[in-house]
Amino acid sequence: MDPMKALIPLPTQPPPGCPFSPPQEYTELRIEHPVSRVSMPDGSWAWLLTRYSDIRSALSDPRFSSDVNAPGFPRSGMVTAGEGSSLIRTDPPEHGRRRRMLTHSFTVKSVSALRRRIQQITDQLCDEMEKQKRKDGPDGSVDLVRSLALPLPSLVISLLLGVPYEDRALFQSITATVLSRVNTEDERTTARKELRAYLDHLVAGKEADPGDDILSELVHERMREGQLTREEVTGTATLLLIAGHETTANMIGLGALTLVRNPRAADELREDPSLMPGAVEELLRFHSITRSGPRRAAIADVEVGGQPIKAGEGIVCAVASANRDPEQFPDADTVDIRRRNAQHHIAFGYGVHQCLGQSLARAELEISLNTLLTRFPELRLAVEFAEVPFRSDMLVYGCHALPVTW
Amino acid sequence: MKISIDTDNCCGAGQCVLIAPEIFDQDDDGIVILLDPTPSDEMHDAVEDAIAICPADVIHVE
Repeated sequence: MDPMKALIPLPTQPPPGCPFSPPQEYTELRIEHPVSRVSMPDGSWAWLLTRYSDIRSALSDPRFSSDVNAPGFPRSGMVTAGEGSSLIRTDPPEHGRRRRMLTHSFTVKSVSALRRRIQQITDQLCDEMEKQKRKDGPDGSVDLVRSLALPLPSLVISLLLGVPYEDRALFQSITATVLSRVNTEDERTTARKELRAYLDHLVAGKEADPGDDILSELVHERMREGQLTREEVTGTATLLLIAGHETTANMIGLGALTLVRNPRAADELREDPSLMPGAVEELLRFHSITRSGPRRAAIADVEVGGQPIKAGEGIVCAVASANRDPEQFPDADTVDIRRRNAQHHIAFGYGVHQCLGQSLARAELEISLNTLLTRFPELRLAVEFAEVPFRSDMLVYGCHALPVTW
Repeated sequence: MKISIDTDNCCGAGQCVLIAPEIFDQDDDGIVILLDPTPSDEMHDAVEDAIAICPADVIHVE
Protein backbone atom coordinates (compact mmCIF):
# COMPACT_ATOMS: atom_id res chain seq x y z
CA MET A 1 0.00 0.00 0.00
CA ASP A 2 1.27 3.46 -0.89
CA PRO A 3 1.96 5.08 2.47
CA MET A 4 1.42 8.55 1.02
CA LYS A 5 -2.04 7.75 -0.23
CA ALA A 6 -4.75 9.20 1.98
CA LEU A 7 -6.77 6.54 3.76
CA ILE A 8 -10.50 6.41 3.21
CA PRO A 9 -12.45 7.32 6.32
CA LEU A 10 -14.33 4.57 8.17
CA PRO A 11 -17.56 4.30 6.15
CA THR A 12 -20.66 4.97 8.25
CA GLN A 13 -23.33 6.37 5.94
CA PRO A 14 -25.80 4.47 3.75
CA PRO A 15 -25.82 5.52 0.09
CA PRO A 16 -28.12 8.50 -0.62
CA GLY A 17 -31.72 7.39 -1.08
CA CYS A 18 -30.98 3.79 -0.01
CA PRO A 19 -31.51 3.73 3.75
CA PHE A 20 -31.68 -0.10 3.80
CA SER A 21 -28.21 -0.44 2.29
CA PRO A 22 -24.98 -0.55 4.27
CA PRO A 23 -22.30 1.97 3.23
CA GLN A 24 -21.59 1.65 -0.50
CA GLU A 25 -17.82 1.48 0.07
CA TYR A 26 -18.19 -2.05 1.49
CA THR A 27 -18.99 -3.61 -1.88
CA GLU A 28 -15.71 -2.52 -3.44
CA LEU A 29 -13.66 -3.12 -0.31
CA ARG A 30 -14.91 -6.71 -0.02
CA ILE A 31 -13.60 -7.41 -3.51
CA GLU A 32 -10.52 -5.18 -3.74
CA HIS A 33 -9.24 -4.68 -0.17
CA PRO A 34 -11.16 -6.94 2.23
CA VAL A 35 -8.72 -6.04 5.03
CA SER A 36 -8.09 -2.35 4.51
CA ARG A 37 -6.56 0.50 6.47
CA VAL A 38 -9.12 3.25 7.20
CA SER A 39 -8.85 6.55 9.03
CA MET A 40 -10.88 6.97 12.20
CA PRO A 41 -12.78 10.12 13.28
CA ASP A 42 -9.96 11.15 15.67
CA GLY A 43 -7.26 10.89 12.97
CA SER A 44 -5.93 7.51 14.03
CA TRP A 45 -6.25 4.46 11.75
CA ALA A 46 -7.45 0.86 12.03
CA TRP A 47 -7.93 -2.20 9.83
CA LEU A 48 -11.45 -2.50 8.46
CA LEU A 49 -12.59 -6.08 7.79
CA THR A 50 -15.44 -6.47 5.32
CA ARG A 51 -15.64 -10.18 4.38
CA TYR A 52 -17.83 -12.69 6.21
CA SER A 53 -15.11 -15.36 6.49
CA ASP A 54 -12.41 -12.91 7.68
CA ILE A 55 -14.66 -11.35 10.30
CA ARG A 56 -15.74 -14.72 11.66
CA SER A 57 -12.16 -15.91 11.91
CA ALA A 58 -11.00 -12.68 13.61
CA LEU A 59 -13.85 -12.65 16.12
CA SER A 60 -13.12 -16.21 17.20
CA ASP A 61 -9.33 -15.69 17.39
CA PRO A 62 -7.99 -15.27 20.96
CA ARG A 63 -5.10 -13.19 19.59
CA PHE A 64 -7.60 -10.35 19.23
CA SER A 65 -8.51 -8.67 22.51
CA SER A 66 -11.78 -6.94 23.45
CA ASP A 67 -10.04 -4.91 26.15
CA VAL A 68 -10.34 -1.21 25.27
CA ASN A 69 -7.15 -0.61 27.23
CA ALA A 70 -5.12 -2.98 25.03
CA PRO A 71 -2.56 -1.03 22.94
CA GLY A 72 -3.99 -0.13 19.55
CA PHE A 73 -7.63 -0.73 20.43
CA PRO A 74 -9.64 1.50 18.04
CA ARG A 75 -11.51 3.63 20.55
CA SER A 76 -12.25 6.52 18.26
CA GLY A 77 -15.96 7.33 18.05
CA MET A 78 -16.85 4.91 20.83
CA VAL A 79 -17.73 5.58 24.40
CA THR A 80 -15.14 3.79 26.42
CA ALA A 81 -14.91 5.81 29.61
CA GLY A 82 -15.66 3.66 32.62
CA GLU A 83 -16.28 0.69 30.39
CA GLY A 84 -13.24 -1.25 31.50
CA SER A 85 -15.28 -3.31 33.91
CA SER A 86 -17.91 -4.20 31.34
CA LEU A 87 -18.30 -7.84 30.32
CA ILE A 88 -17.96 -7.09 26.62
CA ARG A 89 -14.54 -5.52 27.20
CA THR A 90 -13.15 -8.56 29.03
CA ASP A 91 -11.11 -11.39 27.50
CA PRO A 92 -11.20 -15.11 28.36
CA PRO A 93 -10.91 -16.69 30.86
CA GLU A 94 -12.31 -13.81 32.98
CA HIS A 95 -14.96 -13.17 30.34
CA GLY A 96 -16.30 -16.72 30.61
CA ARG A 97 -16.47 -16.53 34.40
CA ARG A 98 -18.45 -13.30 34.25
CA ARG A 99 -20.68 -14.33 31.37
CA ARG A 100 -21.68 -17.57 33.06
CA MET A 101 -23.12 -15.57 35.95
CA LEU A 102 -25.73 -14.27 33.52
CA THR A 103 -26.33 -16.96 30.90
CA HIS A 104 -29.03 -18.77 32.90
CA SER A 105 -31.36 -15.77 32.56
CA PHE A 106 -31.11 -15.79 28.77
CA THR A 107 -31.24 -19.48 27.82
CA VAL A 108 -33.71 -20.65 25.19
CA LYS A 109 -35.76 -22.19 28.03
CA SER A 110 -35.73 -19.08 30.25
CA VAL A 111 -36.83 -16.97 27.31
CA SER A 112 -39.58 -19.44 26.36
CA ALA A 113 -40.96 -19.02 29.84
CA LEU A 114 -41.11 -15.26 29.26
CA ARG A 115 -42.99 -15.47 25.97
CA ARG A 116 -46.45 -15.23 27.46
CA ARG A 117 -45.45 -12.08 29.37
CA ILE A 118 -43.88 -10.56 26.24
CA GLN A 119 -47.11 -11.27 24.34
CA GLN A 120 -49.20 -9.61 27.07
CA ILE A 121 -47.04 -6.49 27.02
CA THR A 122 -47.19 -6.40 23.21
CA ASP A 123 -51.01 -6.74 23.27
CA GLN A 124 -51.33 -3.90 25.77
CA LEU A 125 -49.10 -1.64 23.71
CA CYS A 126 -51.12 -2.46 20.57
CA ASP A 127 -54.35 -1.66 22.48
CA GLU A 128 -52.87 1.75 23.25
CA MET A 129 -51.98 2.22 19.58
CA GLU A 130 -55.59 1.52 18.62
CA LYS A 131 -56.92 3.94 21.23
CA GLN A 132 -54.63 6.69 20.05
CA LYS A 133 -55.54 6.09 16.43
CA ARG A 134 -59.28 6.21 17.24
CA LYS A 135 -58.80 9.45 19.13
CA ASP A 136 -56.96 11.04 16.21
CA GLY A 137 -59.60 10.05 13.62
CA PRO A 138 -59.22 8.54 10.15
CA ASP A 139 -56.19 10.65 9.27
CA GLY A 140 -54.45 9.91 12.55
CA SER A 141 -51.07 8.27 12.62
CA VAL A 142 -49.07 6.56 15.33
CA ASP A 143 -45.29 6.57 15.80
CA LEU A 144 -44.48 2.87 15.90
CA VAL A 145 -41.09 3.54 17.52
CA ARG A 146 -42.55 5.40 20.47
CA SER A 147 -45.64 3.28 20.88
CA LEU A 148 -44.25 -0.26 20.46
CA ALA A 149 -40.69 -0.74 19.21
CA LEU A 150 -39.01 1.13 22.08
CA PRO A 151 -41.38 0.46 25.01
CA LEU A 152 -41.58 -3.34 24.48
CA PRO A 153 -37.89 -4.17 24.95
CA SER A 154 -37.53 -1.38 27.55
CA LEU A 155 -40.33 -2.88 29.63
CA VAL A 156 -38.96 -6.40 29.31
CA ILE A 157 -35.36 -5.57 30.24
CA SER A 158 -36.55 -3.35 33.12
CA LEU A 159 -38.57 -6.26 34.40
CA LEU A 160 -35.68 -8.72 34.10
CA LEU A 161 -33.04 -6.42 35.55
CA GLY A 162 -35.23 -4.94 38.24
CA VAL A 163 -35.07 -1.35 36.97
CA PRO A 164 -38.22 0.69 37.70
CA TYR A 165 -39.90 1.32 34.35
CA GLU A 166 -41.02 4.73 35.64
CA ASP A 167 -37.38 5.76 35.22
CA ARG A 168 -37.44 5.00 31.49
CA ALA A 169 -37.27 8.66 30.41
CA LEU A 170 -33.94 8.86 32.20
CA PHE A 171 -32.35 5.68 30.85
CA GLN A 172 -33.75 6.07 27.35
CA SER A 173 -32.43 9.61 26.96
CA ILE A 174 -29.04 8.71 28.42
CA THR A 175 -28.78 5.74 26.05
CA ALA A 176 -29.66 7.97 23.10
CA THR A 177 -26.84 10.36 24.04
CA VAL A 178 -24.33 7.56 24.58
CA LEU A 179 -25.02 5.99 21.19
CA SER A 180 -25.01 9.18 19.15
CA ARG A 181 -22.30 9.93 16.64
CA VAL A 182 -23.14 13.64 16.67
CA ASN A 183 -22.66 14.21 20.38
CA THR A 184 -19.15 14.97 21.56
CA GLU A 185 -17.00 12.48 23.43
CA ASP A 186 -17.46 14.64 26.54
CA GLU A 187 -21.24 14.59 26.23
CA ARG A 188 -21.26 10.83 25.84
CA THR A 189 -18.91 10.32 28.75
CA THR A 190 -21.07 12.55 30.95
CA ALA A 191 -24.21 10.63 29.96
CA ARG A 192 -22.52 7.34 30.72
CA LYS A 193 -21.46 8.62 34.14
CA GLU A 194 -25.05 9.70 34.84
CA LEU A 195 -26.29 6.23 33.99
CA ARG A 196 -23.69 4.67 36.27
CA ALA A 197 -24.68 6.98 39.10
CA TYR A 198 -28.32 6.02 38.59
CA LEU A 199 -27.50 2.31 38.58
CA ASP A 200 -25.18 2.68 41.59
CA HIS A 201 -28.12 4.12 43.48
CA LEU A 202 -30.28 1.23 42.29
CA VAL A 203 -27.67 -1.34 43.41
CA ALA A 204 -27.68 0.22 46.87
CA GLY A 205 -31.46 -0.14 46.90
CA LYS A 206 -31.24 -3.82 45.96
CA GLU A 207 -28.81 -4.43 48.81
CA ALA A 208 -31.37 -3.27 51.32
CA ASP A 209 -34.49 -4.53 49.58
CA PRO A 210 -33.86 -7.30 47.02
CA GLY A 211 -36.40 -8.28 44.40
CA ASP A 212 -36.72 -11.25 42.07
CA ASP A 213 -34.50 -9.85 39.35
CA ILE A 214 -31.02 -10.09 37.81
CA LEU A 215 -29.63 -7.06 39.61
CA SER A 216 -30.70 -8.34 43.04
CA GLU A 217 -29.21 -11.73 42.21
CA LEU A 218 -25.88 -10.17 41.20
CA VAL A 219 -25.81 -8.09 44.38
CA HIS A 220 -26.75 -10.85 46.80
CA GLU A 221 -25.24 -13.96 45.22
CA ARG A 222 -22.15 -12.51 43.54
CA MET A 223 -21.14 -9.20 45.07
CA ARG A 224 -21.66 -10.30 48.67
CA GLU A 225 -19.73 -13.52 47.98
CA GLY A 226 -16.84 -11.47 46.63
CA GLN A 227 -17.16 -12.81 43.06
CA LEU A 228 -17.98 -9.39 41.63
CA THR A 229 -17.02 -5.91 42.73
CA ARG A 230 -19.67 -3.25 43.03
CA GLU A 231 -18.21 -1.59 39.97
CA GLU A 232 -18.53 -4.82 37.99
CA VAL A 233 -22.16 -5.19 39.03
CA THR A 234 -22.91 -1.63 37.90
CA GLY A 235 -20.96 -2.22 34.68
CA THR A 236 -22.97 -5.35 33.93
CA ALA A 237 -26.24 -3.56 34.66
CA THR A 238 -25.25 -0.68 32.35
CA LEU A 239 -24.47 -3.11 29.55
CA LEU A 240 -27.66 -5.14 29.93
CA LEU A 241 -29.84 -2.06 30.17
CA ILE A 242 -28.42 -0.35 27.08
CA ALA A 243 -28.03 -3.50 24.98
CA GLY A 244 -31.38 -4.80 26.15
CA HIS A 245 -33.60 -2.05 24.88
CA GLU A 246 -31.88 -0.01 22.20
CA THR A 247 -30.85 -2.79 19.80
CA THR A 248 -34.10 -4.74 19.78
CA ALA A 249 -36.10 -1.51 19.57
CA ASN A 250 -34.37 -0.57 16.35
CA MET A 251 -34.76 -4.05 14.87
CA ILE A 252 -38.50 -4.05 15.62
CA GLY A 253 -38.87 -0.72 13.81
CA LEU A 254 -36.80 -1.77 10.80
CA GLY A 255 -38.45 -5.19 10.71
CA ALA A 256 -41.94 -3.67 10.69
CA LEU A 257 -40.96 -1.16 8.02
CA THR A 258 -39.47 -3.93 5.85
CA LEU A 259 -42.66 -6.00 6.07
CA VAL A 260 -44.83 -2.96 5.33
CA ARG A 261 -42.81 -2.54 2.14
CA ASN A 262 -42.92 -6.26 1.26
CA PRO A 263 -46.65 -7.09 1.28
CA ARG A 264 -46.03 -10.51 -0.23
CA ALA A 265 -43.71 -11.53 2.58
CA ALA A 266 -46.21 -10.08 5.07
CA ASP A 267 -49.03 -12.17 3.53
CA GLU A 268 -46.92 -15.32 3.61
CA LEU A 269 -46.11 -14.74 7.29
CA ARG A 270 -49.76 -14.14 8.14
CA GLU A 271 -50.75 -17.36 6.39
CA ASP A 272 -47.94 -19.40 7.90
CA PRO A 273 -46.61 -18.00 11.19
CA SER A 274 -44.11 -20.87 11.38
CA LEU A 275 -42.09 -18.89 8.83
CA MET A 276 -41.57 -16.08 11.37
CA PRO A 277 -38.41 -17.38 13.12
CA GLY A 278 -36.67 -17.68 9.73
CA ALA A 279 -37.95 -14.26 8.70
CA VAL A 280 -36.53 -12.74 11.88
CA GLU A 281 -33.10 -14.25 11.11
CA GLU A 282 -33.28 -12.80 7.61
CA LEU A 283 -34.26 -9.35 8.93
CA LEU A 284 -31.37 -9.48 11.41
CA ARG A 285 -29.00 -10.38 8.57
CA PHE A 286 -30.36 -7.81 6.16
CA HIS A 287 -30.30 -4.85 8.56
CA SER A 288 -27.29 -5.64 10.78
CA ILE A 289 -27.95 -2.61 12.96
CA THR A 290 -24.62 -2.57 14.83
CA ARG A 291 -22.69 -0.10 12.73
CA SER A 292 -19.61 0.67 14.82
CA GLY A 293 -17.99 -2.70 15.39
CA PRO A 294 -17.30 -5.11 16.94
CA ARG A 295 -13.73 -3.87 17.43
CA ARG A 296 -10.62 -5.62 18.68
CA ALA A 297 -6.89 -5.06 19.21
CA ALA A 298 -4.30 -7.60 18.06
CA ILE A 299 -2.23 -8.80 21.04
CA ALA A 300 0.05 -10.90 18.78
CA ASP A 301 0.98 -10.79 15.10
CA VAL A 302 -1.94 -12.27 13.15
CA GLU A 303 -2.72 -12.79 9.49
CA VAL A 304 -6.32 -12.21 8.39
CA GLY A 305 -7.38 -12.89 4.82
CA GLY A 306 -3.71 -12.81 3.76
CA GLN A 307 -3.09 -9.45 5.42
CA PRO A 308 -0.52 -9.40 8.26
CA ILE A 309 -1.77 -7.48 11.28
CA LYS A 310 0.80 -6.59 13.93
CA ALA A 311 0.38 -6.78 17.68
CA GLY A 312 -0.84 -3.39 18.87
CA GLU A 313 -2.94 -2.68 15.77
CA GLY A 314 -6.72 -2.39 15.88
CA ILE A 315 -9.49 -3.89 13.78
CA VAL A 316 -13.07 -2.84 13.07
CA CYS A 317 -15.37 -5.63 11.90
CA ALA A 318 -18.05 -4.42 9.49
CA VAL A 319 -20.79 -6.87 10.41
CA ALA A 320 -23.22 -5.12 8.05
CA SER A 321 -20.80 -5.88 5.21
CA ALA A 322 -20.23 -9.51 6.26
CA ASN A 323 -23.96 -10.13 6.29
CA ARG A 324 -24.23 -8.82 2.72
CA ASP A 325 -21.24 -10.83 1.48
CA PRO A 326 -22.46 -12.69 -1.64
CA GLU A 327 -19.86 -15.40 -1.03
CA GLN A 328 -21.89 -16.41 2.01
CA PHE A 329 -25.38 -15.15 1.13
CA PRO A 330 -26.31 -15.35 -2.56
CA ASP A 331 -28.43 -12.39 -3.70
CA ALA A 332 -27.46 -10.82 -0.39
CA ASP A 333 -29.18 -7.47 -0.99
CA THR A 334 -32.61 -9.08 -1.28
CA VAL A 335 -34.85 -9.92 1.68
CA ASP A 336 -35.80 -13.59 1.39
CA ILE A 337 -37.77 -14.77 4.41
CA ARG A 338 -37.15 -18.39 3.36
CA ARG A 339 -33.38 -17.98 2.97
CA ARG A 340 -31.89 -21.33 3.83
CA ASN A 341 -28.82 -20.10 5.70
CA ALA A 342 -30.15 -16.82 7.14
CA GLN A 343 -29.26 -17.94 10.66
CA HIS A 344 -25.59 -17.97 9.67
CA HIS A 345 -25.64 -14.17 9.93
CA ILE A 346 -23.37 -12.53 12.46
CA ALA A 347 -25.66 -9.65 13.40
CA PHE A 348 -25.26 -10.81 17.01
CA GLY A 349 -21.48 -10.90 16.58
CA TYR A 350 -19.39 -14.05 16.60
CA GLY A 351 -17.06 -15.78 19.02
CA VAL A 352 -17.47 -16.00 22.79
CA HIS A 353 -18.79 -12.43 22.96
CA GLN A 354 -21.76 -13.20 20.74
CA CYS A 355 -24.88 -11.47 22.07
CA LEU A 356 -25.97 -12.89 25.40
CA GLY A 357 -29.56 -11.74 24.93
CA GLN A 358 -30.06 -13.11 21.43
CA SER A 359 -32.82 -15.54 22.40
CA LEU A 360 -34.69 -12.72 24.08
CA ALA A 361 -34.22 -10.46 21.06
CA ARG A 362 -35.54 -13.20 18.78
CA ALA A 363 -38.61 -13.74 20.97
CA GLU A 364 -39.38 -10.00 21.14
CA LEU A 365 -39.00 -9.65 17.37
CA GLU A 366 -41.11 -12.70 16.55
CA ILE A 367 -43.90 -11.72 18.93
CA SER A 368 -44.02 -8.02 18.04
CA LEU A 369 -43.91 -8.54 14.28
CA ASN A 370 -46.39 -11.38 14.38
CA THR A 371 -48.80 -9.31 16.48
CA LEU A 372 -48.46 -6.28 14.21
CA LEU A 373 -49.19 -8.40 11.12
CA THR A 374 -52.29 -9.99 12.58
CA ARG A 375 -53.76 -7.02 14.47
CA PHE A 376 -53.05 -4.40 11.83
CA PRO A 377 -53.16 -6.17 8.45
CA GLU A 378 -53.66 -2.79 6.78
CA LEU A 379 -50.57 -1.30 8.43
CA ARG A 380 -48.81 1.22 6.18
CA LEU A 381 -46.51 4.20 6.36
CA ALA A 382 -48.24 7.50 7.16
CA VAL A 383 -45.48 9.46 5.40
CA GLU A 384 -43.44 8.94 2.24
CA PHE A 385 -40.61 6.42 2.64
CA ALA A 386 -38.14 9.20 1.84
CA GLU A 387 -39.44 11.15 4.85
CA VAL A 388 -38.71 8.42 7.41
CA PRO A 389 -35.90 9.72 9.65
CA PHE A 390 -33.19 7.06 9.68
CA ARG A 391 -30.53 6.85 12.37
CA SER A 392 -27.46 7.40 10.23
CA ASP A 393 -26.23 9.64 13.06
CA MET A 394 -26.23 6.78 15.59
CA LEU A 395 -23.96 3.84 16.35
CA VAL A 396 -27.01 1.55 16.25
CA TYR A 397 -28.96 1.91 13.01
CA GLY A 398 -32.74 2.11 12.78
CA CYS A 399 -35.48 4.75 12.53
CA HIS A 400 -35.80 7.71 14.89
CA ALA A 401 -39.54 7.62 14.28
CA LEU A 402 -41.89 5.51 12.17
CA PRO A 403 -45.26 7.17 11.54
CA VAL A 404 -47.78 4.48 10.57
CA THR A 405 -51.49 4.23 10.00
CA TRP A 406 -53.99 1.50 9.06
CA MET B 1 -21.75 -39.35 12.99
CA LYS B 2 -20.52 -39.11 16.56
CA ILE B 3 -20.79 -35.72 18.26
CA SER B 4 -18.59 -34.42 21.04
CA ILE B 5 -18.90 -31.11 22.87
CA ASP B 6 -16.44 -28.93 24.75
CA THR B 7 -18.54 -27.60 27.61
CA ASP B 8 -15.62 -25.67 29.15
CA ASN B 9 -15.61 -23.23 26.28
CA CYS B 10 -19.37 -23.04 25.60
CA CYS B 11 -20.58 -19.42 25.82
CA GLY B 12 -24.26 -20.30 26.17
CA ALA B 13 -25.52 -18.50 23.08
CA GLY B 14 -28.11 -21.25 22.63
CA GLN B 15 -28.05 -21.32 18.83
CA CYS B 16 -27.60 -25.12 18.70
CA VAL B 17 -30.74 -25.54 20.80
CA LEU B 18 -32.73 -23.47 18.31
CA ILE B 19 -31.43 -25.44 15.34
CA ALA B 20 -31.55 -28.99 16.72
CA PRO B 21 -33.48 -29.20 19.99
CA GLU B 22 -33.57 -33.01 19.62
CA ILE B 23 -29.78 -33.13 19.91
CA PHE B 24 -28.78 -30.15 22.07
CA ASP B 25 -30.11 -28.54 25.22
CA GLN B 26 -28.80 -26.05 27.78
CA ASP B 27 -28.27 -26.71 31.47
CA ASP B 28 -29.47 -24.25 34.10
CA ASP B 29 -26.40 -22.11 33.49
CA GLY B 30 -26.95 -22.05 29.74
CA ILE B 31 -24.14 -24.49 28.96
CA VAL B 32 -24.70 -27.02 26.18
CA ILE B 33 -25.95 -30.51 27.01
CA LEU B 34 -25.63 -33.24 24.41
CA LEU B 35 -28.90 -35.19 24.32
CA ASP B 36 -27.94 -37.56 21.52
CA PRO B 37 -24.27 -38.06 20.57
CA THR B 38 -25.13 -40.35 17.63
CA PRO B 39 -28.07 -38.74 15.83
CA SER B 40 -29.92 -40.43 12.98
CA ASP B 41 -29.11 -39.57 9.37
CA GLU B 42 -31.98 -37.13 8.93
CA MET B 43 -30.55 -34.97 11.74
CA HIS B 44 -27.10 -34.65 10.16
CA ASP B 45 -27.86 -31.45 8.23
CA ALA B 46 -29.14 -29.75 11.37
CA VAL B 47 -26.06 -30.85 13.30
CA GLU B 48 -23.77 -29.54 10.55
CA ASP B 49 -25.67 -26.25 10.72
CA ALA B 50 -25.24 -26.10 14.49
CA ILE B 51 -21.50 -26.74 14.10
CA ALA B 52 -21.20 -23.96 11.52
CA ILE B 53 -23.14 -21.47 13.62
CA CYS B 54 -21.74 -22.22 17.09
CA PRO B 55 -19.91 -18.98 17.99
CA ALA B 56 -17.44 -20.68 20.32
CA ASP B 57 -16.71 -23.67 18.06
CA VAL B 58 -17.41 -26.24 20.78
CA ILE B 59 -19.36 -28.83 18.74
CA HIS B 60 -17.31 -31.42 16.88
CA VAL B 61 -18.01 -34.61 14.96
CA GLU B 62 -15.96 -37.68 14.27
